[in-house]
Amino acid sequence: MANVQNTAVKTDAATSNSMTIIAPIAGWLLPGLGHFIQRRWIRGLLLMLAVFIMFFAGLGMQGKVYGFNTGDLLDILGFVGDVGSGLLYFIARAMDWGAGNIQRAVADYGTKYIVVAGLLNIICAVDAYHIAIGKKQ
Amino acid sequence: MTFEFSHFTAAVVFALCASTVFGITQRNNPRDMVRYGAYCFALFVGGVIVASWAMWLLKH
Repeated sequence: MANVQNTAVKTDAATSNSMTIIAPIAGWLLPGLGHFIQRRWIRGLLLMLAVFIMFFAGLGMQGKVYGFNTGDLLDILGFVGDVGSGLLYFIARAMDWGAGNIQRAVADYGTKYIVVAGLLNIICAVDAYHIAIGKKQ
Repeated sequence: MTFEFSHFTAAVVFALCASTVFGITQRNNPRDMVRYGAYCFALFVGGVIVASWAMWLLKH
């Protein structure tokens, strides 16, 4: 009986341990996924909607998606922010979306939307990690 | 597909998405999440309105 309990405790600990690695990575790759795999369905859905709406509204406003660069500091930071969106960023780059449009004032808002979508997604991934380690319910 | 947001609409959409994420990630229980999200949203939109009136006063 004691062996069965010990095995169950070890299995739970191993699952929890692997979740601390999987949850933030999954959350970064696809917004909300880190919450979904921990059965926080509503939170995951709301976070996914928030990040998706910001990212695609940014693209819709003809915002710029930064590529990897070693030029201007603000461009480097823009790239770091954009990469926070995970797969959305890589899909946008692969599809050649987000060329930017300097003739429209709203396009600059779009660029900021895309950067902030990435930054918000990083916050979501950290939150998924906090749930995995038990710091948050 | 392109969106034609006004400045205010863009600010409100930004505030809505950011405050949703802030509310969920910065608080522990659902009631506090909703309250904190609403608080952030009010501060974002209130800040936009105050800043826009301040700019109008500076111009005139």
